[in-house]
Amino acid sequence: MDPTILVFLLGGLFLGWSLGANDAANVFGTAVGTGMVRFAIAAVVCSLFVILGAVVSGAGAAHTLGKLGAINTVAGAGMAAFSAALTVYWMTRLRLPVSTSQAIVGAIIGWNFFTGSPTDLNSLIKIVATWVACPLLAAFFGAAIYKGTVYVVNWARLHLFRLDAYTRVALILAGAFGSYSLGANNIANVMGVFVASNPFTSFAAEGFFSFSATQQLFLLGGVAIAVGVFTYSKRVMMTVGSDLMPLSPVGAWVVVVAHSIVLFLFASQGLEHWLASSGLPTIPLVPVSSSQAVVGALVGIGLLRGGRGIRWRVLGNIASGWMTTPVIACLVCFVALFFLQNVFNQQVYRDSPYALSEPVMAHLAQDENLPAGVIALQGQSFPRLAELREALAEIEELELELHNEIIEIAKVDNVTIAVERLHELRDTTLSGEMISAVHGLAGQRFTHRWQLDNALAEANPVWRNLPDSTVNKLYNKKLAEQRGEVFQIFAEP
Amino acid sequence: MALQLFGRTKKLERQVDEFLDIVADSGLTFEQAISAYLSEGHESQRFTAKIDQIVQLETRADHIGNAVELEMYSETLIPDARGDVLKLLESLDAIVNAFKGILFYFLTETPAIPEDLKGSYKDLSELTTRSVSDLVIAVRVFFRDPKGIKDHLHKVRYHEKEADQVVTELRQAIFKRDIHLAEKIHLRFFAERIVWVSDMAEDVADNLAIYAVKRNI
Repeated sequence: MDPTILVFLLGGLFLGWSLGANDAANVFGTAVGTGMVRFAIAAVVCSLFVILGAVVSGAGAAHTLGKLGAINTVAGAGMAAFSAALTVYWMTRLRLPVSTSQAIVGAIIGWNFFTGSPTDLNSLIKIVATWVACPLLAAFFGAAIYKGTVYVVNWARLHLFRLDAYTRVALILAGAFGSYSLGANNIANVMGVFVASNPFTSFAAEGFFSFSATQQLFLLGGVAIAVGVFTYSKRVMMTVGSDLMPLSPVGAWVVVVAHSIVLFLFASQGLEHWLASSGLPTIPLVPVSSSQAVVGALVGIGLLRGGRGIRWRVLGNIASGWMTTPVIACLVCFVALFFLQNVFNQQVYRDSPYALSEPVMAHLAQDENLPAGVIALQGQSFPRLAELREALAEIEELELELHNEIIEIAKVDNVTIAVERLHELRDTTLSGEMISAVHGLAGQRFTHRWQLDNALAEANPVWRNLPDSTVNKLYNKKLAEQRGEVFQIFAEP
Repeated sequence: MALQLFGRTKKLERQVDEFLDIVADSGLTFEQAISAYLSEGHESQRFTAKIDQIVQLETRADHIGNAVELEMYSETLIPDARGDVLKLLESLDAIVNAFKGILFYFLTETPAIPEDLKGSYKDLSELTTRSVSDLVIAVRVFFRDPKGIKDHLHKVRYHEKEADQVVTELRQAIFKRDIHLAEKIHLRFFAERIVWVSDMAEDVADNLAIYAVKRNI
């Protein structure tokens, strides 16, 4: 691995560290601050489950960030993460409300602006909608769980000391769940930007386990969060109790559970799959702010108690944070990328050539009638994305969807299934059948990545996507990752 | 770890229950001691046996109270209610001390209570004991069901009011008598000492009502 990659990964690790230092307090703050749980226990449980959540369930929310903007060089990704971390640090110093989720989205958009890459509006709308939904959902869960808990506690009539003991155990369990959800949801903020330029490679012990490149990346991010928990979260935990509305330990438990459920809902691919297969509407997998989930849950409880003691200004600050944080992070990232590219001569974006060749046009024409302006471009090549975009901009009545599809399909990615590299397939997460299909393509050359995907699907049905639906999303995503592994091995430099 | 936690919790529950038993027992012992004093005098075996009993109860209450206090602080238990519970246990311990103190006054000062006033002193000690017994029940309920203490607190206050009425009548009866002023003051002192315990019980009940509201989840 190139050592400079590690330097750029530091941006993500810094963001991970600050996330661990600050957001762990949302999970264990009240428990540790009130002395219900010792810091050492909280730190160990939190670190362990953050890493577990990041590695096992982290991919869902990262995928949405990836769709927003696929940062394809480590330098660009590192600077985007660093800009987000800097924004978080700076806004925290100024006592302005801030969330890593909002900062990283702003930084990605900043990268998109700087490189001229398209920002997927659908993903952006989905992300912003979840920011609003997150505290609202947390308020709903907070109020509902609070009501249920009060009923159960009153009904059970536990002795004060026994209730205390149960609450301690419940706080640790809820903290473990909260840490898992935090890892699963927020790892996308820390390492999501590096997914497209991942320096790691997948490996597997056949029949035992597979460890994808993304999981390795998330493990590293999880460790950074854990370091943040151990080194700095204690002082944040000790103050968090006094900052928020005064709460009993049972109330604190309700807040942690409500916060964890919300983070889990926005991160769990398994839940999404289950909801879809049960015919229920699914929840978008998006990184959300854990601090805002906590405030939402507190407001929910406060409203249930009659609305006394709620500081409405805090809510106003959150709403303003939805705007200010991404805008600041976007500007910081744009300026930082400018310096990185022009002063430090680092490649922040890997441009590819584009070709509207005959097979590309045929592929595009499969699903819809192409406008005359697009057909007129047949046979043309564009050395850079910006030039293709210029050419497309001149075509009237070109829908955004087709515009983005042309950019995706026309991209030139030369791939040769070199015989001497076939042995490398053994170290991937591919099944035996999948590997045989790749062997069958030995010696063939492809100009576009989708051509390789099609050839694989024709070679063996195991490489075929299931029909496009939310139920099949998980399967198809795994397949896409495996196609990515093949591409990584055989792509021409 | 969880097993250790629940083991400690059970022990504490037992200790608090035992402490409350002692407070209730000290009230009953006090009532019986006053009855023995009034009917058999300060040298009677029954009265001195009750004195011994209340000394033992007071020592035991101190011992358990300290143990519970230490455990709660060293293990940082019930952080939100710890201060209240400690104050509660301390004020109950003060009631046990007050019972013991009054009996020692009887033992050492041997007030000469006129025959026709003995009934009022007996009533006074009974009402005081009842207010303390009701307080103990309220405290037991507080630990499990804070909302359910209202009725018991009402009884504490009711008995305290009754005791106040008895002591007022007793004062009037004492000062109407044709005896030396020193004797009058001496008799009044004992009546007021006894009723003071029911006042203490009422104060604890008032605090308990606040602690119960604070225990709201």
